[in-house]
Parts: sequence; C-alpha cells; structure tokens
Amino acid sequence: MRIWPIFKKEMRLYFTSPVAYVVVAIFALIAGYFFYSIFAFFTLASMQSMMNPAMARELNVTDSVMRPLFSNISVILLLLMPLVTMRQFAEERRSGTIELLLTYPVRDGAVLAAKYLAALALYGLMLMLTLLYPGIVVAFARLEWGPVATGYVGLLLMGSTFIAVGLFASSLTENQIVASITTFGILLILWIIGWSADYVGGAWGKVLQHLSILEHNDNFAKGVLDTKDVLYYANFIALALFLTLRSLEARRWKG
Amino acid sequence: MIEVQRLTKHYGPITAIRDVSFSVAPGEIVGFLGPNGAGKSTTMRILACFMPASSGTAQVAGHDVFRESLEVRRRIGYLPESVPLYGDLRVAPYLDFVAEVKGVGRAERRRRVAEVMERCLITDVQHRLIGRLSKGYRQRVGLAQAILGDPEVLILDEPTIGLDPKQITEIRSLIKSFAGRHTVILSTHILPEVSMVCGGVVIINKGSIVAQGPIDTLVDQFFPTARVEVEIVGPPAAVHSAMRGIPGVVAVQGVTVTDSAGRYVVEAARGRDVRAEIFALASQQRWSLLELKRVGTTLEEVFIRVVAGEQAGEESSP
Repeated sequence: MRIWPIFKKEMRLYFTSPVAYVVVAIFALIAGYFFYSIFAFFTLASMQSMMNPAMARELNVTDSVMRPLFSNISVILLLLMPLVTMRQFAEERRSGTIELLLTYPVRDGAVLAAKYLAALALYGLMLMLTLLYPGIVVAFARLEWGPVATGYVGLLLMGSTFIAVGLFASSLTENQIVASITTFGILLILWIIGWSADYVGGAWGKVLQHLSILEHNDNFAKGVLDTKDVLYYANFIALALFLTLRSLEARRWKG
Repeated sequence: MIEVQRLTKHYGPITAIRDVSFSVAPGEIVGFLGPNGAGKSTTMRILACFMPASSGTAQVAGHDVFRESLEVRRRIGYLPESVPLYGDLRVAPYLDFVAEVKGVGRAERRRRVAEVMERCLITDVQHRLIGRLSKGYRQRVGLAQAILGDPEVLILDEPTIGLDPKQITEIRSLIKSFAGRHTVILSTHILPEVSMVCGGVVIINKGSIVAQGPIDTLVDQFFPTARVEVEIVGPPAAVHSAMRGIPGVVAVQGVTVTDSAGRYVVEAARGRDVRAEIFALASQQRWSLLELKRVGTTLEEVFIRVVAGEQAGEESSP
C-alpha cells in the first residue's frame, strides 16, 4: 500500500493553496472568541460567588468552561469540516487528475486512506491549537484532566466522522460547493435528528436518539467514555469510507 | 506487448467502441488514428485500466487490464488527453510524488526525476508551479510523469494537441526517442504526425477499426497504383489517349484541361515508373512537357479514403 506518497501530496496541496490556512485561521479565531467569552463569564460568576458561598459550591471550571467550549467547538466543526474535505475527490475529478491518480499502481483503498489521513492530520493540527485554552485555564484554576481528555477524544472521533462523510460527498461530484453543501446537509440532519426523539417516542425515538451525533458527543464532554459512543462513531466512519470506496470503484463496474 | 481483442464499450445506450482488435509489438510506436469521437480516448482509458470494457479483453505487457489491473499499471505510463496535473504543485516535487507512487525507491528517486526532466527538457522550470506553466511545458511535464519509472508501455492520448508548431516538433522528436526503449501507442488526428513518428497505424472510425498495419502496407492496400502528375501542351484528346496507351497505365485523369494544354494525373500499377515513357511520348509527338513529377501517396489520402468517405467527423469526443 503506497499511502505515504499520496498523503504527502495531499498535505502539500492543503498548504500550497490557501484552503488550509484559511480554515485553520478561522477555526482558531472563532474557537478563541468562544473561549474568551466563556472564560470571561466564568470569571465574573466566580467573583460574584465570593459574596454568595452557596453559588460557589456549584462552580466548577471543568464543567463551566471546558464543557461548553467543547460543545461550541463541535458547532464550528459542523460548519468548517465540510470545507476541509470538499476538495479531496471533487477537485481531482473536475481537473481530471483522478484519471492519472487511479491509473498509478496504487489501490483505490490506498488513495482513500491517504486522503482520509491527510484531512485527519489537518484536523489534528486544528485541535492542537485549542490545547492552548485548557493551558490558560490551568494557570488560574484547578482543572480535572479526565473530562478534558475524554472531551478531546470525543472531538477527535466526531471530527473523524465528519471527514469520512465529507470524503464520501466529495467522491460523488466534481463540484466542490456541491460536495461541501452535501456534507453539511448530512451532518446537520444527523445533528438535529435527536430533537424529534422526544415526541416520536418509543422504539423509533430511541433509534433517532441513537443516530444523533450530538447525543453521542455529550457523554465525552461530561467525562464519560462509553463503548456505545465510540462504536457509534467507528461504525459511522467505517460506513462512510466503505461507501466512498464503492463510489470510487463505480467507474470500474462493467457498463 | 499490447493485445486487444474484440473490445466493446457502451456508455448507457451509446456504443463508444465495438469489437476493436489490434496488437502492438514490443518497441513499436503505433499511431491510433481517427476523427474526433471515434473512440480513441475510450480505448486508451481501457488500456490504462481507468475503466473496464463492456466486453472483450485487453492485455498489456502480458497482463489482463481488468483482472490484473495493478500489474498492468506497474508497467504503463499514461498521459490522458487533457494532461491533468496538479496546478498547485511545483514541477520537481510533483515528479517526485509520481516517482514515489510508481514505486521508485528513495535512493534512486532524485536521480530518476532529474534524468526524466532532462529528457523532457523541463529542468529549467523545475521550481515553478505547474499551474503557471505554458501549455507546451505542461505537456512535457505530462510526458515526464508518463515515462517516470521506465514503463514498458506508454499510452499517450493526443500528446501534441494545442501546441505551437515548434513545440509539436519538440514533442515529436521526444516521442520518437522513446522507440525501442518503450512500446508506445499514441492517438492523434494530425496525420502527418503519424507518418513522422509511427511505424504502424490503427485507424478507428465510429468505434470500429477500419484499417491497420504498417503505413507503407496501408498505402499499398488503399492506393494500389503509383501516380504521376503531368503538365503538357498538346491536344487534350490525343494526349489523353496516348498516355492511356502506355503499358501499365490504369487511368488518366485530367485535372485542369484547356484546348491546348492540360494537367493530368496518370495512375500506373505500383512499381511501374512511367515517367520515362511519358517523356519519350511527349518528345516524339513534339508536345511541350512543362512538368512531370511522381506524386507520393500520403497517409492523409489513405485516411480520407478510409474514414472521410463515411463521415465528416462532426461528432464530439466522448
């Protein structure tokens, strides 16, 4: 499997075009703003709580700063991740380079793996920048590292899922905008699908709730590492990558 | 080296190629000719393992393109018609990527990339973005990526399209230099190109092969006569019948004939040179011979006889 050279090429393409810089910069900017406002609010609340000991008991920096921060970051990802993956296959198809790439002696699976890992690497870089925030918090308060770690595991899994979905959408079209809107649509629907769980009720309600991306991410931020949630994302990623591979191979079907 | 048998490809209701069979010997450069939309690109895409045929088989370098696609892809260099390259990459890193993907080892890679750039005359643009290169340079980068890894077979789809005459000459001599070292199949609709570069041709029209073989054989096959063009001053009727009377002459055609003089094309059996006899005839009859020359048959005429007789080639390529 010659994943490495294609991975390097993908990384090079990310960073020779402005896409990676713009996505990372915007992500850092918005995440930074969220952190600032959440942290500033927490500071205010802790100052007020000095007058009110009952309130102080409720204050917990992990719960009040990191948890909302994680949930806000996941919203940014919902909006930005489609842009990270939209180019991957769509642009190769539009410019025709896919014809060369897929006639080199590499398996379709290796091409897919390389592109997946490249997007993942870029995402990893984005997440790494956010490590600054728990770093700032820990300078002023005592942080519970457990929930922070699981929160990151949750973000990583969720982002990996977004990337897999994005690659699938990108493999369906030669138009990057169509790819990114399709990704966003799929993700948003899976995001909000749990909302109707309450009034659908019964078995279907459970199914809808289980399908919801949001539902599964909540546990991680709370510090709960549940196999059920990990499996949800793993299955999701496997399914999306499998469909992408099928979509790549579709041209090889005899017609 | 390339063995194609009864290859057929349908795109939905459209049949792009039908029962295409031909073969290419090792070291040979074969031109794949046809009007736009004849099925050249389709055939090449199948040979390059980009997509499968609907039926029929194709073997490249001893491996089946469908069942042993990876083995075939290890042994070919392919240049698609649109020369798709990553505009955002620079030439040298791009070629390094191609070399690595093709399995050229780290130790060798730098040397091989340098050598290929030298051969394709792109060493001076190696640090430039591919997207900023002129069409001619892009084409050469495309050729460079194809010959990287020293593949046994090169599949080049319209390698000279869109180039200026100087660039065309350069690319042609480059391709010519591949002979012997690589087996080459190149498609084109520029006929003189084929006569200049290729040993053999395969002519395809409307998805079917209409003629194939070495160029000389094809010329003999479709033009069994040798032709001589004559301009002569003399009474047309007499000139005509006198020339028709020369042994071996099959036909005499007037091109532009006036009352006193005329221009004729005399067709004789191939191998017969009737020029001396025409000269003797003219001097004996005291007709002034203004011009007498042998007309070579070009591939163009073969092509027109084979293809253009059937259609004008207004379809667009698939």
